[in-house]
Amino acid sequence: MHASLILRVSAPLLLWVPAVVSLYLLVRGHNAPGGGFVGGLVAASGLVFHAIARGQAAAMQVMRAPPAAWCGAGLLLALCSGLLAWIDPAAGYLTHRWWFPDLPVTLPLNTAFVFDVGVYLAVIGTITAMAFALVAEE
Amino acid sequence: MDVFFFQSLTLPLVVGLAGAAGVALCRPALAARLGALCAVICLAAYVGMAGAVTTAQSLAMPFWGIPSLGVAGGLQLDGLSLVFALLITGIGALVLLYAGRYLQGDPRLPRLMVLLLLFMTSMLGAVTADDVITLFVFWELTSIASFFLVGYDHERLGARKAALQALLVTGGGGLALLAGLVLVSIVAGTTSLSGIIAAREVVLADPLAMPAMLLVVLGCFTKSAQFPFHFWLPNAMAAPTPVSAYLHSATMVKLGIYLLARLNPVYQDVVLWQDLLTWAGLLTAATGALMALRETDLKRVLAWTTVTALGTLTLLIGLAPELSATAAVTFLIVHALYKAALFLIAGIVDHETGTRDATALGGLGRAMPVTAAAAALAAFSMAGLPPFVGFVAKEIVYEAKLAAGGMAGVVASVGFLVNAAQVAIAGLLSWRLFFGPLRPTPTQPHDPPKSMLAGPVLLALLGLLAGAAPSILGTWLVDGAVAAILGRPADVPLKLWHGFTPVLALSVATVALGVLILAGWARLGPRLRRAAPLDRFGPAAAYDRALAGLVAWAEGTTRAVQHGSLRGYMRTLLLVTALAPLGVLVARGGLALPEAAPVDPRALAFLLIAAGAVATALARGLFAAVMAMGLVGFGTAIVFLTFGAPDVALTQFTVEVLLVVILATVLIRLPLRARDARTGRQRASDAAVASMLGLSVALVLLAVLASPFDPRLGDWFGAQSVPGGHGRNVVNVILVDFRALDTLGEIAVLAIAAFSVLALLRGAGRRLRTGT
Amino acid sequence: MEILLAAAIGVLVAAAAYLLLARDLPRALLGFVLLGTAANLSIFAAGRIGTMVPPLVDQGERALAADAANPLPQALVLTAIVIGFGLAAFTLVLIRSAHDAFGTASADEMDEAERPDETPGPAAVAPAAASPSHRREAA
Repeated sequence: MHASLILRVSAPLLLWVPAVVSLYLLVRGHNAPGGGFVGGLVAASGLVFHAIARGQAAAMQVMRAPPAAWCGAGLLLALCSGLLAWIDPAAGYLTHRWWFPDLPVTLPLNTAFVFDVGVYLAVIGTITAMAFALVAEE
Repeated sequence: MDVFFFQSLTLPLVVGLAGAAGVALCRPALAARLGALCAVICLAAYVGMAGAVTTAQSLAMPFWGIPSLGVAGGLQLDGLSLVFALLITGIGALVLLYAGRYLQGDPRLPRLMVLLLLFMTSMLGAVTADDVITLFVFWELTSIASFFLVGYDHERLGARKAALQALLVTGGGGLALLAGLVLVSIVAGTTSLSGIIAAREVVLADPLAMPAMLLVVLGCFTKSAQFPFHFWLPNAMAAPTPVSAYLHSATMVKLGIYLLARLNPVYQDVVLWQDLLTWAGLLTAATGALMALRETDLKRVLAWTTVTALGTLTLLIGLAPELSATAAVTFLIVHALYKAALFLIAGIVDHETGTRDATALGGLGRAMPVTAAAAALAAFSMAGLPPFVGFVAKEIVYEAKLAAGGMAGVVASVGFLVNAAQVAIAGLLSWRLFFGPLRPTPTQPHDPPKSMLAGPVLLALLGLLAGAAPSILGTWLVDGAVAAILGRPADVPLKLWHGFTPVLALSVATVALGVLILAGWARLGPRLRRAAPLDRFGPAAAYDRALAGLVAWAEGTTRAVQHGSLRGYMRTLLLVTALAPLGVLVARGGLALPEAAPVDPRALAFLLIAAGAVATALARGLFAAVMAMGLVGFGTAIVFLTFGAPDVALTQFTVEVLLVVILATVLIRLPLRARDARTGRQRASDAAVASMLGLSVALVLLAVLASPFDPRLGDWFGAQSVPGGHGRNVVNVILVDFRALDTLGEIAVLAIAAFSVLALLRGAGRRLRTGT
Repeated sequence: MEILLAAAIGVLVAAAAYLLLARDLPRALLGFVLLGTAANLSIFAAGRIGTMVPPLVDQGERALAADAANPLPQALVLTAIVIGFGLAAFTLVLIRSAHDAFGTASADEMDEAERPDETPGPAAVAPAAASPSHRREAA
């Protein structure tokens, strides 16, 4: 498929702007609209546009790893984020833990964010896997 | 092992099951002997327990229960159970021994042995059960065992059909029985049989008493082959002869009689019970006698006389005062002895001569003298000639019938004709078969080996011995069983000689008429066989028609429901989904509108959704439809955004963009007929169904919105988000913290969908395309 | 407001059902997606609507303000949307595979290709061979 000129020219913009926005949504998601699902979707749509504009190979190159690997990595990360809960034997799986180290800037370390990153990666992997499979040239 | 264990009522059941396992594992040559040994052990156990059972006393072993449900179960042994247990184990031992020889060399013999032992165990469980649940379970197990045993020769169509028929008739009756027993238990407040009998006033006073009784009677009638369910029994003769002797004459078919007798203390004063049993019994006995004279196959002749005997037993329980109860128990024992013997003899004749056709057989006595002697003894008992126990039984049966009050005339005269037919058939089976002129047979006959002769000889001799001293039989067995049937002891002594009474005159007349029928059998039989309406309009024909109708109906339904049209299925689904909730809503008066809130400009987004939806549905081309669908998505995103759900709005928006892009890309590439292919009529009817569903969903949603709202869950999350989850975006805290496990499950589902897509495209898609 | 939203959802469901009944599978897929949207809107509405305030706890506060939207249906709907997309994509792949295999995207024509008495495939032969023996057994 030959993408239109407009699409080809604007492709880098359509890739990197969503990528940055998605990270922003992911990071602030716990306190403001955003989060892993939304962030993942935005990042994935950037990649899908890139695949349509520049071809699937280009998009795969940007992603470095195949979508399925992103998907698996996200699932694994989400799965493991709950294991730290067992520092306290009484706590249930996926009870998130928070640490507020004494630093000049507020830096809340927590497993909830790790879980959300897992969701983010899994969503990116899933959506790109499906979309690439569907829009790919025969 | 202590004495208690030997007196334990579970012992025979354990021995039976263990024996079944053992027989399955041991060498076929030993199987019969091991099986017979198990039966003898059980017999010995019951004989040992017999001392503890009197007219006033029974053994009881409660051993399981669910107190919270008011269910208590166990085993018991009273006089009635004892009679059955002794018959089951005693005849069982002889039959097992016989079967080992009868089917020698048959590779399926071990299976037969296992089934026979399992059947014996089930029978023992059924007759010693003290609660209706245990009784029912064992009752059904005997039906299943019967199914496999009748279908033993499963490569023959006739055997399969007969097995299925027996199972359907008795199994259908079993369902009725289950319903009846459950109703009775609910009414009585206990599942225990003794408890139900003790609560008879309560049981009878309940409005459910009559339906429950009718259901139980239905179950018993099917099991014991009472008119109009009698037809399965002669067909069950497809089973090997030892099986017919054991299941279909001596024991299993009497299980219905057993339960009728067992419940008689509850219902004996109910007029309907008496009438039902009397008339069904009378009709069954008459049918059996008539049909027996039509047959030429020895086994089918015997099967019809068994039907006659079962009818007589039912009739006697229906009559029920002391005399007839005594008569019933005596006749039950006597019949089991002589009929099992005659079946086994029929098997011997079949085995030795290669035919069971009564018209082709005769004069076998010279070739097989021991068999002939046993046959004569058993037949005399069947004919009711002195000094055999059959005479004792027939005399007291006549006495009971003559004492039957207003019905005595009908009952006794039918009984007279039926008994005359019995005499004729007894003559047929002894005189004609063994002592008449010799007729050539396919193979040269001679007496069989001892293991096959043991059964008939022993059973026939028992008949003679019991006839010589009937009072021993009376005090040992009959009195206890009669006490169980009546709920009180009865004192009716069994005597061989009653003096010159009207009953004796009736007996003499019976024998005379029987001899006359026997003399004319060669001419009477063919004439009866030509009476075709008996076949065309009988219950057997009704069964065939019902079964054929059921199959045709099932095929029709399947064709109508499983029509193979995806659109048709979808239509049905949508219509049901539309009408079911709507029906409930209207029927329950649940239609309601929520309080009308002031309308603001946000409602324009609703309009966008509705317009987009209509445009999608009506779009001519597929591409336009996809675009219109995108409009709906964006309208939805706006709704989420303006109603305080920015996260959801963002998600919806992104997904919609992706979906529209992907759909457009894929659909453009497929060379599709872009237009909706439905005809105008189809469109109209589809639109009607669709509108119905839309209306239904909207009304249900309005009813939901009009009902009071419980905000506790949302409030809890709102209050706990910051202290518990350290996050101010409550939606995100719910997703990653409070309900993180759900979210994990959801991304797992997403991953599975993604991997399925990849697999489908790489593997299955290619396979589909290449058609391999 | 609610009454109007319910009416819009009703129209949406009706359009979805109309599309589901179409002969061609791509239209049925569109109906499928619309039905999902209608379900999401219904869940959202059932959690009660009206306010414009998102369920975000204000800076310095510990609990959600009383006039904020109900967060629970939002969490439900959010994941449902993403899963709905997964389902739609999966169905689309199925339709494309079916189209490649049968050369059509019409449900009726695919059904004819599967009919056992016309094109006996390995899966179709078994029931056809089994049914006459059943009939014989029962009769």
